[in-house]
Amino acid sequence: MENNLITENKQKNKIEKAFEILKTMASKPSGLIGLTVVLFHVVLALISPYIAPYDYKAISPNTMLLAPSAEHWFGTDSLGRDVFTRTILGGRTALTVTFFGSLIALLWGGLLGIFCGLVGGKIDDVVMRVVDAFLSIPWILAMLLIVSLLGTSTEVLIPALGFFYGKGIVRVARAATHDVIAKDFIVSARARGHSNMSIIWNEIIPNVRDAILVEGAMRWSWMLLGFSSLSFLGFGVSPPTPDWGLMISNARGLMSFAYWSVIAPIVGLSSLIIGINLTADAFAKALGIDRSTKAPV
Amino acid sequence: MNEIIESVKNLSIGFNSQKGKQISILRNVSTDIKKGETVGIVGESGSGKSTLALAMMGYIKQGLFPLNGECLFKSEDLLKMSSRQLEKIRGRKIAMIPQNAGQALTPNLKIGYQIDEALRLHTDLNKLERDKKISELLNKVRLPSPETMAFRYPHELSGGQQQRVAVAMALAGKPDLLLLDEPTTGLDVTTQAHVLELLRIIAKDTGTSMIYVSHDLGAIAQVSDRIVVMYAGEIVLEGPARKILKEPIHPYTYGLLKSIPKLSLAGLPASMPGSQPQPGSIKEGCSFYDRCNLATDHCEKNSPDLKYIKELDTSVRCFNHKELINQNNNLQTSITKKSSNSEVIEVLKLKDVSISYAKQKFFDQLLNKISDQNPTVKDININIKKGETIALVGESGSGKSTILKSIAGLLKTKDGQIKFENNRILSSDLKMRNPNDLRAIQLIFQNPDESLNPNHTVEQILSQPLKLYFNLSGEELKKNIIDLLKKVRLGEFYMSRYPRQLSGGEKQRVAVARAFAAKPDIILCDEVTSALDVSVQAAVLNLLQQLKEDLGTTYVFVSHDLAVVRAISDRVAVLYQGRLCEIGPSQNVYKFPSHPYTEVLLGAVLEPDPDIKPKLVAEDIVEEKPPEKGCSFQGRCPRKIGDICNSEVPPWQIGENGNAIRCHINIDELASLQQ
Repeated sequence: MENNLITENKQKNKIEKAFEILKTMASKPSGLIGLTVVLFHVVLALISPYIAPYDYKAISPNTMLLAPSAEHWFGTDSLGRDVFTRTILGGRTALTVTFFGSLIALLWGGLLGIFCGLVGGKIDDVVMRVVDAFLSIPWILAMLLIVSLLGTSTEVLIPALGFFYGKGIVRVARAATHDVIAKDFIVSARARGHSNMSIIWNEIIPNVRDAILVEGAMRWSWMLLGFSSLSFLGFGVSPPTPDWGLMISNARGLMSFAYWSVIAPIVGLSSLIIGINLTADAFAKALGIDRSTKAPV
Repeated sequence: MNEIIESVKNLSIGFNSQKGKQISILRNVSTDIKKGETVGIVGESGSGKSTLALAMMGYIKQGLFPLNGECLFKSEDLLKMSSRQLEKIRGRKIAMIPQNAGQALTPNLKIGYQIDEALRLHTDLNKLERDKKISELLNKVRLPSPETMAFRYPHELSGGQQQRVAVAMALAGKPDLLLLDEPTTGLDVTTQAHVLELLRIIAKDTGTSMIYVSHDLGAIAQVSDRIVVMYAGEIVLEGPARKILKEPIHPYTYGLLKSIPKLSLAGLPASMPGSQPQPGSIKEGCSFYDRCNLATDHCEKNSPDLKYIKELDTSVRCFNHKELINQNNNLQTSITKKSSNSEVIEVLKLKDVSISYAKQKFFDQLLNKISDQNPTVKDININIKKGETIALVGESGSGKSTILKSIAGLLKTKDGQIKFENNRILSSDLKMRNPNDLRAIQLIFQNPDESLNPNHTVEQILSQPLKLYFNLSGEELKKNIIDLLKKVRLGEFYMSRYPRQLSGGEKQRVAVARAFAAKPDIILCDEVTSALDVSVQAAVLNLLQQLKEDLGTTYVFVSHDLAVVRAISDRVAVLYQGRLCEIGPSQNVYKFPSHPYTEVLLGAVLEPDPDIKPKLVAEDIVEEKPPEKGCSFQGRCPRKIGDICNSEVPPWQIGENGNAIRCHINIDELASLQQ
């Protein structure tokens, strides 16, 4: 109701709008925590090469499996490398790969879903059955196959992850499109003779964008877990690149006496995943309030 | 008889806004409901009428809370009761009949079981007595064969029948007070008249008091003894129904009554300027000040009290009501339309059009053959002249919107041709039409909430057709948008607004502007005013008429409301079950002789006048499918003459005043029958 009371509404530009959404997200404790954690990780990933106290690949038999101390804050691992250095650097690959991966997932999944929702009929049937078929393949097996055929470089990992995590987005985008498609403004655009592309771009995307973005944000955290699982299995980044999944994998046998070398990457990984999850949740809520016509009373 | 059942005293209800401001929706409302009396609460959307009615049941919607005042039911305050205490009153003492019975009934329980539930809860009868009572109740609400009806599921009943079941359930607890929230709004005209008739009989027989909430003065006029008119959360006028409807002494009620299109009157109703203030934006002074033509400086600063006038038995909230008492009773006036000088050029021709929703069988699809022998719409022949307004009228399921969709190319025709300008055949496939034909035919939809993209500003909405058809951009585009807004009487500053920031009437104006942006030859209007309030409806109708006179556009106007059609159209086509019944100049269709279906429809129209009672000549059965052969109206026709109606399609007959009727009865005979 408040919305209607505003008589003079200036069209907000996009930056202002984004800022407003961020503000709404931060207004709840869970959203604030999520945003802070994600921001912390992003900043850390950017500056870690400059602040890392040691060389991440410097092996030294003298400093093997040292407990945390003033010199080695998080201790050292079985090869004598500084765990703190490796932990703060360990998120870089994971963040980059999954960020671009989810961007790809968002793009192809979102667009294909919208397209199928709009055209319907036989094309929709065929595409959705193919997507269903892919959904039924265990992704980790498929990923292992791809990685063992094409190698573990980021050029392979990003599109492969993007493809496998986009399948779910197709369904979400298609369902969101179905909600919109029955509305009269789409019928109106059709009757005017707009092309499918123009209808997708002008009429559908503004109305399904929010749902797809939120889904994409959720996928990001899943993909992060998936990527780390791959590294853990030895199919992600190759040593000696520091990576949380790899670090956990290497140190897990020593957990009983050198717990520090495994705890640090676990904390790093899980905090980022929880942070992204909380952010995605708050993002959905912030958009939800913005989308509804009535302010909650 | 003068015992007061429920009394509302000084009630205010409001909510806290996000900024922590207290905003009231109801302001100091006081009224009494007497035993055996039917009180109509009338007002436009947002006037607080439903909030008031629900508060009378002790129910306040989530988020709202009472600010002050009380609701005394038999001298106990409902608003202070615990939910346990309220349980004892609701259903037994006060019962409610909801707006949409189809949604209020549980879809997977049988009708009889649902009534039985109400009986078990509110009475001490045993199983046998209850069974008897169920058929008694079903009989009371005039449902056919009550014994079998009890074993049906809600979806097997028509809308009117569902509403009757809701009435039966409400009566199960023998309540002292019945609350009806727009109980007939979603129903067809004939069904609506029947349900109202039923309610009136029940009120008379059982002596139950009723509160009837509606925006429709026509329905209110049929049932109410007393009328309460609400505006912006206040009662502005209260008194005996006849006085309120015949000699309203509040300028709002007066304007409202004038803005209702009437059957007896050709021409457009007068509209009221402006719109109702939103809760929270109400300024000091009279809340109707902005829209009132009697307003003086005194009204701007001081808000009037509800004043009781003894000689009229009426309470009014207006300083200048005396002027209206003295004003001549000229409710029966209207703005005369310029008769459209329809040139004889026929701009659109529908020739033998049939439309089928039946899905093709695979084999037929291969042979490109459509097998449906009994299509939804059949044999439509209409020639539409340039510059005229032709209306398609009928109840739901009459195929009127289906025809409109086919003209727009959204639905493929099964047979027949749609010819446009110089007998050029328009393809029934949208993709096969050339852009200029698409531009020439534009659509306006019923509900502007759905037809405007909620994420576009008005500027973006209007630029769509301008960019598509005329390739406009930059300054020129902006200039055109401003021109369009001016045409529909909206200011330039509306450009940056989103649909949710506009009122219903403003949204529909934007939709009208979007249609006119294409500079179309024909505009298809699909129930364009039925989602709007009465005073807004009048304004939109006037706007459409004005635009037509200025630009010479042709309208194809679909509506279920005969009075609206009467007001705007030059020619009317009456449809039943997808077949034409009657077609002719509008002033003649509304005169006898007419097709028996038109007669039924005309009889069921509710006028805001307690002296004009609807004539119920046919049963309100709902037919799901058109009959396979014979006359389309055979199932319900009150003047059916025999087997010929079932077997042969009736011939067209042209009456002396130029309307064509499709009936087996000779037209002269029909005229004498309908005298």
